[in-house]
Amino acid sequence: MSRRYGVWIAAAAILAVLPHIVRTPVAVPVMSQMGIAVVFALSYNMLLGQGGMLSFGHAVYFGLGGFIAAHVLNLAGEGVFWLPVPFLPLVGGLGGLCFGALFGSFSTTRAGTVFAMISLGIGELMASSALILDKFFGGEEGITTNRVKAPTLLGLDFTTDRKVYYLIAFWAFVAAALMYAFSRTPVGRMANAVRDNPERAEFVGYSQRWVRFVSFCVAGLFAGVAGGLFALNYEILTAENMGLAASGSVLLMTFIGGIGSFFGPILGAIVFTFLQSMLSDYTGIWLLYLGLLFLATVLFVPAGLAGILMLHVPAWRAGRPGRLVGPYVVAGLLTLVAAVGVIGLLEMVHFVVSAPASRTTKRLFWVAVNVRTLWSWLAFAALAAAGALGFRWAAPRAAAAFAEASRPAEAR
Amino acid sequence: MRRQGLRSLVLGVLAMAAIASAAQAQGPVKIAYVDPLSGAFAATGENGLNQFRFAADQINRAGGVLGRQLEIVPFDNKISPQESLIQLKKVIGDGIQFVFQGNSSGVAHAISDAVQKHNERNPGSRVLYLNYSAVDPALTQEKCHFWHFRFDAHADMKMAALTDVIKANTKLKKIYIIGQDYSFGKAVAAAAVSMLATKRPDIQIVGNELHPIGKVKDFSPYVQKIIASGADAVITGNWGADMIGLAKAANDGGLKVPFYTYYAASDGVTAAIGAAGIDRIRLVHESPAANPTAPKVVGDYIKAYKKFYPNGDVNQPRIHTGLNMLVLAIKKAGTTDVDKVAAALEGMEWTTLNGDRVVMRRDDHQLLMPIYISVHTNKNIVFDFDNSGLGLVNENKVEIDKATLPAACKMDRPS
Amino acid sequence: MFELVLFSLLNGLVFGMLLFMLSSGLTLIFGMMGVLNFAHAGFYMLGAYFAYTLTGYLGFWPALVAAPLLVGVLGALVERYGLRRVHRFGHVAELIFTFGAAVVIEEVVQLAWGRPAKSYEVPEFLDFPLFRLFQGSFPAYKAFMLLISVAIFVFLFAVLTRTRAGLIIQASLTHPSMVAMLGHNVPRVFMVVFGIGSALAGLAGVIAGPVLGTFPGMAQVLGSIVFVVVVIGGLGSVSGAFVASLLIGIVQTFAVALNISLNSVLAAAGIPLDAQGPLHDLWKVTIAQVAPIMPYLLLVLILIVRPTGLFGTRSR
Repeated sequence: MSRRYGVWIAAAAILAVLPHIVRTPVAVPVMSQMGIAVVFALSYNMLLGQGGMLSFGHAVYFGLGGFIAAHVLNLAGEGVFWLPVPFLPLVGGLGGLCFGALFGSFSTTRAGTVFAMISLGIGELMASSALILDKFFGGEEGITTNRVKAPTLLGLDFTTDRKVYYLIAFWAFVAAALMYAFSRTPVGRMANAVRDNPERAEFVGYSQRWVRFVSFCVAGLFAGVAGGLFALNYEILTAENMGLAASGSVLLMTFIGGIGSFFGPILGAIVFTFLQSMLSDYTGIWLLYLGLLFLATVLFVPAGLAGILMLHVPAWRAGRPGRLVGPYVVAGLLTLVAAVGVIGLLEMVHFVVSAPASRTTKRLFWVAVNVRTLWSWLAFAALAAAGALGFRWAAPRAAAAFAEASRPAEAR
Repeated sequence: MRRQGLRSLVLGVLAMAAIASAAQAQGPVKIAYVDPLSGAFAATGENGLNQFRFAADQINRAGGVLGRQLEIVPFDNKISPQESLIQLKKVIGDGIQFVFQGNSSGVAHAISDAVQKHNERNPGSRVLYLNYSAVDPALTQEKCHFWHFRFDAHADMKMAALTDVIKANTKLKKIYIIGQDYSFGKAVAAAAVSMLATKRPDIQIVGNELHPIGKVKDFSPYVQKIIASGADAVITGNWGADMIGLAKAANDGGLKVPFYTYYAASDGVTAAIGAAGIDRIRLVHESPAANPTAPKVVGDYIKAYKKFYPNGDVNQPRIHTGLNMLVLAIKKAGTTDVDKVAAALEGMEWTTLNGDRVVMRRDDHQLLMPIYISVHTNKNIVFDFDNSGLGLVNENKVEIDKATLPAACKMDRPS
Repeated sequence: MFELVLFSLLNGLVFGMLLFMLSSGLTLIFGMMGVLNFAHAGFYMLGAYFAYTLTGYLGFWPALVAAPLLVGVLGALVERYGLRRVHRFGHVAELIFTFGAAVVIEEVVQLAWGRPAKSYEVPEFLDFPLFRLFQGSFPAYKAFMLLISVAIFVFLFAVLTRTRAGLIIQASLTHPSMVAMLGHNVPRVFMVVFGIGSALAGLAGVIAGPVLGTFPGMAQVLGSIVFVVVVIGGLGSVSGAFVASLLIGIVQTFAVALNISLNSVLAAAGIPLDAQGPLHDLWKVTIAQVAPIMPYLLLVLILIVRPTGLFGTRSR
């Protein structure tokens, strides 16, 4: 029990000191973005991982929560009522909850493909309605808001990025804790049961429809909280926030992180946001890499990053993690070599297709590579092939080491 | 011994930091370019970026600014106001102080708003927003502020010139207005309706249509409506992929009436209109077409540009104007401090590449300039667009004093 | 007025038949394997891009044949090495896989052909107006599109109902295990159907590319509408897809032509309406502006009222 709390306390501590450890100016906005993504992904996993409901329209509740929060913030700024900025995510959550209940009333009658299609339809419907309902959605320009004009609480204003980060970190922590608590309640547990065997769950005494509906509403609530945080951070909401791209992103990040555990989406959200903001500075085809990573996860490691980590828990418990280091390092290096080769080839293709004909060299892996000669291509192809072949040689050894390390300790 | 080691380590680090910061101070003057480089309007964004790069190269070869070179740093905003703000955070995080943007007034509103908020909250890290093409009048009217400068004549100024040309054409009795459903498209429609009502009350507006921006792929239904309405002419502010789509559908559907447009040339539009639009499509813009004659310096510039970018065109001379005026302002201020540069930039007079005198009005940071009307044709074309053999030829010029509309801006200046 | 109706009808027909080419493959794939292939519109995009490149080397007619074949082969490979692997994880995993495939296809297209739109043009011998009516004209290329779409429909209908292979496919739709027990290689049947469905989508791309534009976002433009068509028509029913495609195509095209708003209807009836209230956007909106969202409205309504669609028989 104390170990469980320990994890949460450690997480809170890390969140508090993070801006002081990473001091580059661009880091704080990225960390705020990560916080928002974490809440959004966790809310999505309530549907996908815990409820078995694949939704292609979860961004609707994120967006609607954000729009409502933005309008309320504008009204608070004009003095219509007193609502200090730190309470704004609650408003977003309320908005997400209301619309979750509204749309969930008919979406959750069935699970599976029909549910996915309804969610897609609602998502596209709301995104397209944004142009029609100008007053609420602001048309093409969207709705802007100003977090500095609103009433302050205890003198806390939110002028700098760092102050906004602390607000987001606070709410992300609270939301995560609440969502974890929900997953431990009877309804949360029943959601797992309904996911695995709906008919049997009914025999326990819970209506599967009711359980799905409750999950949907709570997921909508926390998506709305994430939307409110978004409104505070970027001070703009547009129709895009509700569209298929946003719903697709949260699916990608949740799945890559791992839908089978609670912290999987957290991991996925952090990795995805990091790649999205950092990678796009170095390469124009970062979304391709993310898509390939996603496909690889679906095909080979459906349990996601968190799943991979959890697989090694027996080895850790048995006290034999050291045995894995050697074979893993070898296999890892060979994978790295193969990855360098593949990435180099892809980047060179991108360069040849997109750059003007006069440019011939590209900086790849800190080396200026002449893309127009055959040798560069052969070199990277050789790296890719060598890495792949080497991996095929090293993989069985790593697998054997893993099996050996995970073997339960001998009884004495 | 350890303490000595520690001290030398600290000194070493400090020395490196000092060298690094000194090197930083001599580094290039970075200028951010935030416009679409992917998605429906990628062609327009890439063309603009190339024109910025070319203009910057020219300035660098002449010595740069304050002894430093210019560096254009592109940021892809995918035409989305939201993505633009995310990119703006990166721009600020990278320490870049000057931001150029122009495609889409929707994006411009978001950036202008965000820049104003950021500058008010963070006086130590201000950025300057230079708008080279977003022409919704509101940006220098209700939404004006000290750190925004616009280098293109706004939609009302252009519509005033366009409606003067329409006024002179007595054959026109019915006009159809079609545009993209966002701030700029709406501004064009509103200006057209009100100005035509004053100048030619006998003209009937037989249609006023807004369509989603960047989403309509087949304009045939809209073209059918225009034909069915019996319109004698069409006014549209469409640009990029939407202008290409409209032009193609008009050709396919057999719509042969005159078009009065803001952006019906280059970026693929001239090729899409093709021979079907000869002597029919007119364009209002801030600089003269390079046909039938252009000053030698302009001709040389275009030829040099085509060597570098054979598939591009110099269709936005305001880019050259904007970048050079900024550089001059930095030189006059003697620093890249944003407030001082802005103070130097407002009120500045400049002569453009083709010899026009332009003035950055102090009251609202709107550049005042003569306005030109040209026609799409294949006769007397020395410099064509889209390598199509077709291009624009000058027809009318509205002098700067006639093209100027009164300022309507209440600007707060930083103390 | 008459020419507006006529041209809108023709344009709607062309668009509807195009949707049918796309949705027939999708509904067949769903009916057979229970997988709603998110990457289907991606194959449509690949068809257009392949045709754009192949036309440069081979000419229009060879490209018209070769590009869909190429896409079909690609589709079969995706099924064999991708979808079959995730099949055992359930329908949700399959959907997620096809979603990832759609993302990767779009990115690969941008990698290989670049981001700006490609000028994939109508071939010159088809680039003339077929007929003129009053002031408007109807391009011959659109008539060509109509011709190809109708030919595909007839071909599909004939193959499915009159040939032995078609009967096996139809049987596998409803009784896969029985068909397997009769000695047919059902997994291979699935792969072939997936390939044919993808080839149909590719063909749709080949002929629609010049008209609707060849650019990396083209899959997203049509992707959602195709799902709407398939669901409304009934998952698994080709005739349902036909009816729904025409319905959506014609309704959308006509909707753009109509400028009637709720306000104007009520005003004509003599009821004045509040022009400044918070919901006034709803009253002043015209049918033309609502046109883009009508398919989704229909989708949600059908899913609530009749989830099996208009003609569907299975409830999955």
